Amino acid sequence: MSLFFALLFIVATLVLVIGLTRKIIQYARTPAPLKIPTTPAPVTQAGVVLRMFREVVFFESLFKSTKWTWLFGWMFHLGLLLVLLRHLRYFTDPVWLPIQLIQPFGVYAGYAMVIGLVGLLVRRIFVDRVRYISAPSDFLWLAILIFIGFSGLMMKFVAHTDVVMVKEFFTGLMGFSFGTLPVDVPLIVHLLLVAVLMLLFPFSKLLHVPGLFFSPGRNQVDNPREKRHLAPWAKAMEEQKN
Amino acid sequence: MAKADFETPELQEYVEVPELVAGTMAHLSPFVAKPDHNTDLNFPGELVDDWHDKAIAKLDDLRSRFRSLQVYLDSCVKCGSCTDKCHYFLGTKDPKNMPVGRQDLLRKVYRRYFTFAGKYFPKLVGAEDLTRDTLDEWYSYYHQCSQCRRCSVFCPYGIDTAEISMAAREILDSIGYGQKYCNEIIAKVNKVGNNLGLPGAALADTLEGLEEDVEDETGVAVKYPLDVKGADILLVTPSADFFAEPHVDGLIGYGKVFHEAGVSWTISSYASEAANFGMFIGSYENMRRVSLRIRKAALDLGVKRIVFGECGHAWRVAYAFLNTLAGPFDFLDPNYPVPQHILEFTWDQIQKGNLKLDKSANDDKVLTFHDSCNVARATRMGNKPGGQLEIPRNVIKAVCNNFVDMHHETIGERTFCCGGGGGLLTDDLMEIRVKGALPRMTALKNVMEEEGVTHMAAICAICKSQFTKVLPYYGMDMDQIVSIHQLVSEAIILTGQNSGDEEDEEEEDEVEA
Ligand code: HEM
Ligand code: HEM
Ligand code: SF4
Ligand code: SF4
Repeated sequence: MSLFFALLFIVATLVLVIGLTRKIIQYARTPAPLKIPTTPAPVTQAGVVLRMFREVVFFESLFKSTKWTWLFGWMFHLGLLLVLLRHLRYFTDPVWLPIQLIQPFGVYAGYAMVIGLVGLLVRRIFVDRVRYISAPSDFLWLAILIFIGFSGLMMKFVAHTDVVMVKEFFTGLMGFSFGTLPVDVPLIVHLLLVAVLMLLFPFSKLLHVPGLFFSPGRNQVDNPREKRHLAPWAKAMEEQKN
Repeated sequence: MAKADFETPELQEYVEVPELVAGTMAHLSPFVAKPDHNTDLNFPGELVDDWHDKAIAKLDDLRSRFRSLQVYLDSCVKCGSCTDKCHYFLGTKDPKNMPVGRQDLLRKVYRRYFTFAGKYFPKLVGAEDLTRDTLDEWYSYYHQCSQCRRCSVFCPYGIDTAEISMAAREILDSIGYGQKYCNEIIAKVNKVGNNLGLPGAALADTLEGLEEDVEDETGVAVKYPLDVKGADILLVTPSADFFAEPHVDGLIGYGKVFHEAGVSWTISSYASEAANFGMFIGSYENMRRVSLRIRKAALDLGVKRIVFGECGHAWRVAYAFLNTLAGPFDFLDPNYPVPQHILEFTWDQIQKGNLKLDKSANDDKVLTFHDSCNVARATRMGNKPGGQLEIPRNVIKAVCNNFVDMHHETIGERTFCCGGGGGLLTDDLMEIRVKGALPRMTALKNVMEEEGVTHMAAICAICKSQFTKVLPYYGMDMDQIVSIHQLVSEAIILTGQNSGDEEDEEEEDEVEA
């Protein structure tokens, strides 16, 4: 079983990294032929960085729109961030100081994440507009994340697992030496679903993560009069016609 | 189309987010373009036999050339933030008029043909084959989007349904399934120089008529020049300004401002149109072809600056795209932005104190201002972000004593479209135009009742035409809509203008002689 998980995580990591890299390369290579920032937009690059920062950290646009989605969405993502940072202790030795310092918050973060997710699920089920636009996969994503969180919290509070062994397994794996995992149901569920998440990430709506950074509506500087903006294919077209 | 085959929504205190009623607008599609108009724009005349493969190939082509399309198709998480933001949804309850509902019509096909999940697990991710029904649905619902970008303000990733609508229309055009209104108009611009097909001689007549009117009224010979070589400024304005009401009063105003500023200017008969419907159909090539007329006119006439008249999408194409499509404009005076908006020009003159203004001339009105969607969310005026919202208000306040804004959720970057933008300003789409105007009509009605507003100023030819037509459906009066430069025109006191009603023209003439 440990071997299975070792191989699974190697494959999942490869798929995640290669898949995401390919997507990012695709986005970066596809030109944005016209200036289309949603205005009022920053007129300097520094302004764009600030705008993007507000979007990534505070979900500014979502906040303008619906406070409930924002609240649950933000709780989930902030929780997720802290949980993931906290998880770094399984992969680094010695554990970095900042990661040690956030450990106590991580527990609340786990709760915040799950509560946020449940809120989003409830909204998806009961608000007719959101239900209408949901495909089965949209529900499944929430379910997967809820189960990951739930199984994690189980290990934390109910059926403890041997975290030292888990750490040894994963730090070992990072040097391609295969160790053994504790055989606990919550851990198996936890890890299986995490692998699924990693495998599907580059093929799903989780592409909103790179997508946000490449969105011309948000990342463009509003300076079309000051500076001529020309895509390579448009340039080629001009040269051909003139 | 008859006026009575649909119901005008009733105005309430505020616009409630409706419960979904599927398919309320499925019956509405605009007239299909005639073969001539399609071929004029280099599209096939009629729906081609292999439309299926051609459409998929076009989608593939577009997603490789437009980052917006590729990123927006991938990134939507179905968070629902945009669902209640579209005026067409609010007015029709149709879920396919929710921005994400509209996007999904294309996204489901994208997923089916271009994503792993959609190829192998279509049901799971809501992917669907492209069928003839899908095509008709695209034709219907992508012509119920005014490309106003309101949804993009509220999307956490800035997903802009306008970009998706443009791409969908480009795909439809590429297989010979174009819309009559837009394609006919673009063909007219290519042939004659403007949307209305007004030839040079007719323009000259109209402008001469304006000169006479203004002189009769003010005693001052304000010029409305056409094709004058060596003028400083080329004015490019929507052709509706040449004759439609209330547009033409705006044009009169531009002329008076130029006159007082002491600059020489001209209109070009070759580029007598600011509008550029190439944007509405999402065609870079057609948008460029129309834009190049302006470049050519500027070169031929040897002007130093280009100024655009009041129009929303035209200002978007001018401000955000002109430099890209038809630049570089290094042959123009580098001391001025290329192009400039007439409001930037007028505001600058007001600040310099070059205009003598009598605000009380507009005391018969209480004004409010409708931010045009394209101006508010796709352009700028002046140097600072948000100038496009401030400068029009500054000018109104400089020429009027009574001004109040509508509810803050309906103006500025959150402004509601008039309901007629994006190539929808045609009688065959009257139903969606009237229903889509609901949020704006509601906000207007409220300030009329609470603040005694009598008139609404606009800076877009489409907004003005749309409101003129739609206000009566909601029990208001078509004359309530005015141009900002009409207000300027009322307030401006020209140098040497005869004062009011006294008939002292002749005396003055003698003194001057
Ligand atoms: C740069 C990092 C990220 C940003 C800025 C971001 C932003 C957002 C925003 C604004 C939403 C919409 C609101 C909501 O429903 O919460 C959202 C939804 C979502 N995000 Fe993220 N996200 C990020 C990273 C991630 C990661 C790493 C995951 C997965 C592990 C993830 C999973 C999701 C899911 C599943 C949804 C849909 C929630 C629903 O169904 O309502 N996000 N994200
Ligand atoms: C290979 C990757 C992962 C491993 C080895 C792992 C392992 C674990 C372990 C051993 C625990 C129990 C902690 C304890 O008893 O103190 C835990 C908890 C948890 N895990 Fe994971 N996990 C992984 C990935 C993830 C991911 C991707 C998520 C989120 C999407 C996640 C969410 C949680 C949560 C919410 C908890 C409970 C709160 C906490 O202890 O921080 N885990 N995980
Ligand atoms: S661009 Fe405007 S009209 Fe089109 S979907 Fe978005 S809000 Fe509606
Ligand atoms: S707001 Fe953006 S991400 Fe959310 S459903 Fe609408 S288009 Fe999709």
